[in-house]
Amino acid sequence: MNILEISDLNVSYGTSQVVHDVSFSVKEGEIFALCGESGSGKSTILRAIAGLATEWTGAISVLGRARERGLSARFASECQMVFQDPYASLHPRKTIDATLSEPLRIHRVAGNHGDRIEEVLDSVGLDRRFRFRFPHQLSGGQRQRVAIARALMLQPRLLLLDEPTSALDVSVQAEVLNLLKKLRREQGLTYVMVTHSMPVISFLCDRLAVMRHGRVVETADVEQLKADRMTDPYSQELVALSRGRPDQKSEKTQ
Amino acid sequence: MKPILEVENLRVSFPAPRGRVEVVKGINFSLGAERLGIVGESGSGKSMTGRSILRLIQRPGRVTADRLQFEEVDILSASDRQMRAVRGARISMVMQDPKFSLNPVITIGDQIAEGLVAHRRLPRAQVKEKTLEMLRAVRIADPEKVVKLYPHQVSGGMGQRVMIAMMLIPEPTLLIADEPTSALDVSVQAQVLDIIDELIRRNNMGLILISHDLLLVSAYCDRILVMRNGEVVDECAARDLAASTHPYTRGLLAAMPHLNETRDELPMLDRRSQAT
Amino acid sequence: MSTIDWLIDDAPSSRLQARAGRLYRLSRMLLRNPLAVVGIVIVTALVLVAIFAPLIATASPTEQDLANRLLAPGADHWMGTDELGRDIWSRVVFGARITLMIVAIVAVISAPVGLVVGAVAGYYGGWVDRILMGLTDVFLSLPRLVLALAFVAALGPGIENAVIAIAITTWPSYARIARAETLTFRNAEFISAMRLQGASAVRVIGTGILPLCTSSMIIRVTLDMAGIILTAAGLGFIGLGAQPPLPEWGAMISRGRAFILDQWWVATMPGLAIVVVSLGFCFLGDGLRDVLDPKHGDKA
Ligand SMILES: Nc1ncnc2c1ncn2[C@@H]1O[C@H](COP(=O)(O)OP(=O)(O)OP(=O)(O)O)[C@@H](O)[C@H]1O
Ligand SMILES: Nc1ncnc2c1ncn2[C@@H]1O[C@H](COP(=O)(O)OP(=O)(O)OP(=O)(O)O)[C@@H](O)[C@H]1O
Ligand SMILES: [Mg+2]
Ligand SMILES: [Mg+2]
Repeated sequence: MNILEISDLNVSYGTSQVVHDVSFSVKEGEIFALCGESGSGKSTILRAIAGLATEWTGAISVLGRARERGLSARFASECQMVFQDPYASLHPRKTIDATLSEPLRIHRVAGNHGDRIEEVLDSVGLDRRFRFRFPHQLSGGQRQRVAIARALMLQPRLLLLDEPTSALDVSVQAEVLNLLKKLRREQGLTYVMVTHSMPVISFLCDRLAVMRHGRVVETADVEQLKADRMTDPYSQELVALSRGRPDQKSEKTQ
Repeated sequence: MKPILEVENLRVSFPAPRGRVEVVKGINFSLGAERLGIVGESGSGKSMTGRSILRLIQRPGRVTADRLQFEEVDILSASDRQMRAVRGARISMVMQDPKFSLNPVITIGDQIAEGLVAHRRLPRAQVKEKTLEMLRAVRIADPEKVVKLYPHQVSGGMGQRVMIAMMLIPEPTLLIADEPTSALDVSVQAQVLDIIDELIRRNNMGLILISHDLLLVSAYCDRILVMRNGEVVDECAARDLAASTHPYTRGLLAAMPHLNETRDELPMLDRRSQAT
Repeated sequence: MSTIDWLIDDAPSSRLQARAGRLYRLSRMLLRNPLAVVGIVIVTALVLVAIFAPLIATASPTEQDLANRLLAPGADHWMGTDELGRDIWSRVVFGARITLMIVAIVAVISAPVGLVVGAVAGYYGGWVDRILMGLTDVFLSLPRLVLALAFVAALGPGIENAVIAIAITTWPSYARIARAETLTFRNAEFISAMRLQGASAVRVIGTGILPLCTSSMIIRVTLDMAGIILTAAGLGFIGLGAQPPLPEWGAMISRGRAFILDQWWVATMPGLAIVVVSLGFCFLGDGLRDVLDPKHGDKA
């Protein structure tokens, strides 16, 4: 079953259109990557799916239901988003506990909130002693895990991840990537993930779409990426650059 | 080669409930007209090192050093006025987290223009021209549109490039770039780094490139410091990074996924030994 | 584990402990600033004097004793007596109640109003913003005392009307600050995250934005206290505020003006009280700014 289907999506901000005729679909349990040029509208697509960007035409359907423009409480429990910048996505004056219990309070979830919070903290691998800390007392990786935990509170089926590891160092990135893999295994989640890193796609994702100038130039299987069988020249360039970087130095330091 | 920057026994500490904690614990290096990379995991004190060179660490934080010399300026004893003359004009820093460093209620164009006129008086028409030129230099496709946008309206990567453009305005002697390209795609990243690289070679500048991307640092630097927990644990020439035998460096290298990844799980560093 | 250890614990285990710990750290920082301590002492003294006025005063504030008119400060009358033979010390002490009441009521009315107006205008933007801020600008464009005068003239003289008039004239500047702060947060990702979870606009403003504006608001209100006291005194001075025989400091100065050359204490003593209390609030406000304002100090 396709958990997310997008066809002929055009998104604009005011008078400028930034996404043109984008179509793709994501199967349940799949990890789908959006990569490509900076400023090509990757975040914008996620924001349109989530309901934060409302000026779009075309069709988006999530879990078989057509998506209306804007935000709704019911949709919140089906699909959540993790933002790019772990430093900006947590409320600076709220403890982790308050941040995580917020969705439960909004949706008037019955039961013991404390238990649920500790359960989710466990599943993202954060110690319970972080529960009453403030964001500034956490490192970047820990914050990003809190943001993931917040997205998991309402048990969504689909997670939108906007560059979840680009602000993190390699060791924390490894931690978060392993965590995402584990969560998919254990809870059958589906991810749509924006990333710039081809190696990350290769490690985590099943399929990818390459974007440039607001359009999808190529949709491919990760096997194609690994075997260097991408067809579009721009995607080939990206792959070549990711492959070539270690060698670049030898020519540069002569 | 006469060094541009000399750092001896640099320490940065912050007050904590139980006495002061050092987040940079006595590091030494000197830098000529070359490119120095600093890598290490999050919280290892990379940014604090960069900021202390510009004396940007604010009050409860404290910086001490046996020697912190930038050309003829002794940074620790310089007056605030001297420091203002150094900051921006002779040492520039591209901060981590562009959206945090840009003013959210002023347009991109106005912020760049402000940086321009702070350096020298220019007629208004020229300011506009120069602003657009700066944005084009960092490969922003549609600068006329971008100058009118507010920081929340530009994409993550564009914000980063705007920061870089602003730092290159004064043509400094030393550029400190803290994670300058983490939100850029590989193609723009390579272009932007090439621009910085070319500028550095042409003007005989020094560069401190702070990053957690080991491949990037090894491609664009001459020498690399590996930091952990406020200390330099490994130092090597950039081309030898991949061959480093230090266990911590090896751990970092192993934690990176590859393009042809076959591992099911990435190895993680043991972080228990570290203070939280 | 001692109480201090409990307070500074790095990993608090309950909401209460987290909050108490933060409060403890803030007050420690505040106490390290000498001027702030002076401010705290003065403001605390004002509150204590107001509460225990009957115990502290040596005589009734309103009882006249025409035999002892205009006595100089001395052992019997610490601050002398006024033209009706009333003990000035006792009047100043009871005046503290009036001052505190004015300040408290104004703060309670105008700070929340300004906060909400500003946050709503900033969050929604567009025409909501234009209407609310247009209104605010109308109020801001007139000097506060003049505006208060106009209101009191319309409502009739009296302490209640003076308080209302001052409250009406103070909220606009708070609305401005709250709006400016809101503008810097409203596009932040943590606000988007709240909206994504299905939070209503009321919740986003109430629990997401307002907590971020409160610290600058507390600072501003504290600093404004001095101005409020002076405005109230000004209204009292020109006879539009508290009416006799209420011992309001401004009104007392006004009465003492007639004797300023020969019996200086009649006007000077309440004036001194105004200066000291205003300064106290200013010092406290400055100290709070160092502690609470993220741009100046610790982000905790
Ligand atoms: N709120 C907004 N108002 C106007 N234009 C916007 C707004 N947000 C984004 N844009 C524009 O839309 C385009 C796409 O932005 P988007 O954030 O989707 O890019 P991106 O692909 O995520 O790039 P990056 O990888 O650099 O984050 C950019 O040109 C940007 O300037
Ligand atoms: N204001 C502060 N008060 C107390 N500790 C601080 C403060 N600012 C930073 N630190 C601590 O200093 C240490 C070093 O921080 P720094 O920002 O230099 O790390 P970094 O190496 O740049 O990490 P990253 O890759 O995440 O940016 C961290 O452990 C951090 O918690
Ligand atoms: Mg983006
Ligand atoms: Mg840093």
